[in-house]
Amino acid sequence: MMKTLTPRETFDRQLAELKDQLLVLGSMVEQMTLDAVDALKRRDIEAARNAYAYDQQINAKRFEIESTCITIIATQQPLARDLRLLASVLEVATELERMGDYAKGVARICLLMKDNPPIKPITDLPRMAEITTDMLRRALGAFVAGDAEQAAQIPQDDDAVDDLYNQINRVLLTYMMADPATIDRANYLTWAAHNLERMADRVTNICERTIYIVTGEMKELDRSDDEISKT
Amino acid sequence: MRIERIFADKNKKRKIRVDPLNLCHPRSNHAQSKRELIMTNNNYAIEARGLNIYYDDFLAVRDVNLKIEARKITAIIGPSGCGKSTMLRAFNRMNELVPSAWAKGEVLYHGENIYAPDVDPVEVRRRIGMVFQKPNPFPKSIYENVAWGARINGYRGNMDELVEQSLRGAAIWDEVKDKLDQSGLSLSGGQQQRLCIARTIAIKPDIILMDEPASALDPIATLKIEELMHELSKEFTIIVVTHNMQQAARVSDFTAFFNLGEDRAGVLEEYDKTNKLFTNPAKQTTEDYITGRFG
Repeated sequence: MMKTLTPRETFDRQLAELKDQLLVLGSMVEQMTLDAVDALKRRDIEAARNAYAYDQQINAKRFEIESTCITIIATQQPLARDLRLLASVLEVATELERMGDYAKGVARICLLMKDNPPIKPITDLPRMAEITTDMLRRALGAFVAGDAEQAAQIPQDDDAVDDLYNQINRVLLTYMMADPATIDRANYLTWAAHNLERMADRVTNICERTIYIVTGEMKELDRSDDEISKT
Repeated sequence: MRIERIFADKNKKRKIRVDPLNLCHPRSNHAQSKRELIMTNNNYAIEARGLNIYYDDFLAVRDVNLKIEARKITAIIGPSGCGKSTMLRAFNRMNELVPSAWAKGEVLYHGENIYAPDVDPVEVRRRIGMVFQKPNPFPKSIYENVAWGARINGYRGNMDELVEQSLRGAAIWDEVKDKLDQSGLSLSGGQQQRLCIARTIAIKPDIILMDEPASALDPIATLKIEELMHELSKEFTIIVVTHNMQQAARVSDFTAFFNLGEDRAGVLEEYDKTNKLFTNPAKQTTEDYITGRFG
């Protein structure tokens, strides 16, 4: 005779599947980000177009997760940690979708730059994308595992992303000051760097949700306010 | 700690007038012969202090300390057999109807122990009314269902007014005002339950105990009872036992989670504001229960 699942086991299975879907969405965003930055680096218009179009799949996946979440809320009437998890999945799916939009923005920049020669070889942007996507991967890992300790650590890496962003800004500024004809192209790259910097900030939001699921405490992990108060 | 063995005291054979429907009016001679409970200003309507409830040798509820906030709705939740209903009945000495039941500890109503030997249980039940799981109107007219309790206790005021006021208070006036002489049993289940609530509030209690008041009703009638509870909480303190956690989450301000201890005795596991208990309970056992991991 086949073993039947208890209602709680069914619910646990639904939650596990939902977490899997969230990981899938995360890996889609990760791939799209790396592809978009790589297309920008190589000036590959075709690859940029593909990355740009991939955003639609990310949006569809986000709606799918949201819809599953709402069905589970309606049918299981979750409480306590289950409720915090489901509310957080909705939030994280939104964060991932926005991160997809940032990646799409990078692809768009590549398309806008067309055949214009790059102002300088693109080296720091791939590094930023690498750190950001690594943060994202670890943040989602901590999220599905419910590891608040790890979640609290990850946002510290945001400093490295911020440093790279500031460095890129400084370099591009010198180019613009030296030759105003480069302003357009330099601006595009500033824009791309800004998108990646925002993505890393959104990883911090995901980590905050992990801590909320585990402790029930809504806690700000963003330390940018501290930096402002220091200056 | 003051200890009283109050129920089923075979040596003492106190004559206790049982009034399960709490229909006795304070003006009755019986009530006057006993000490009247004094109302005091206090944020707590009733408080259990070191309360243990037994059925013969079996400890059903162990060492409960629980303060119920006045004019709020407090829900009691917990798995079957954890002593929720026993606890609820302890608040108006209803357990005395069960011959083997007895209790240790105190239940303080406005600072006074309702189990003190000289307190009249009838007076207790008038101040602390009860609504049961299954609607139980008398086989009398709708009007009489509400008026009867007050009348047998010598109510001398305007009876029509009292009936209308009580039926309005129970949000059923509009549905029954044209058929007050029809039998209470002719009403639907949900209406019968609201009629029983009207009957309870006609006696002007201070606290209303509700034992699964909507469990025998359909979702629409349930919603009406829940809306009514919300309305009533402006005037009365409500303690409700419910198996339906969503109902507890929807209607109550505070929630008490009772659980079975290792010795099968019910214990108060966690008591907190409902919003807190249902989103972020302090104890793992509460979490496990409300998320359906046991119970």
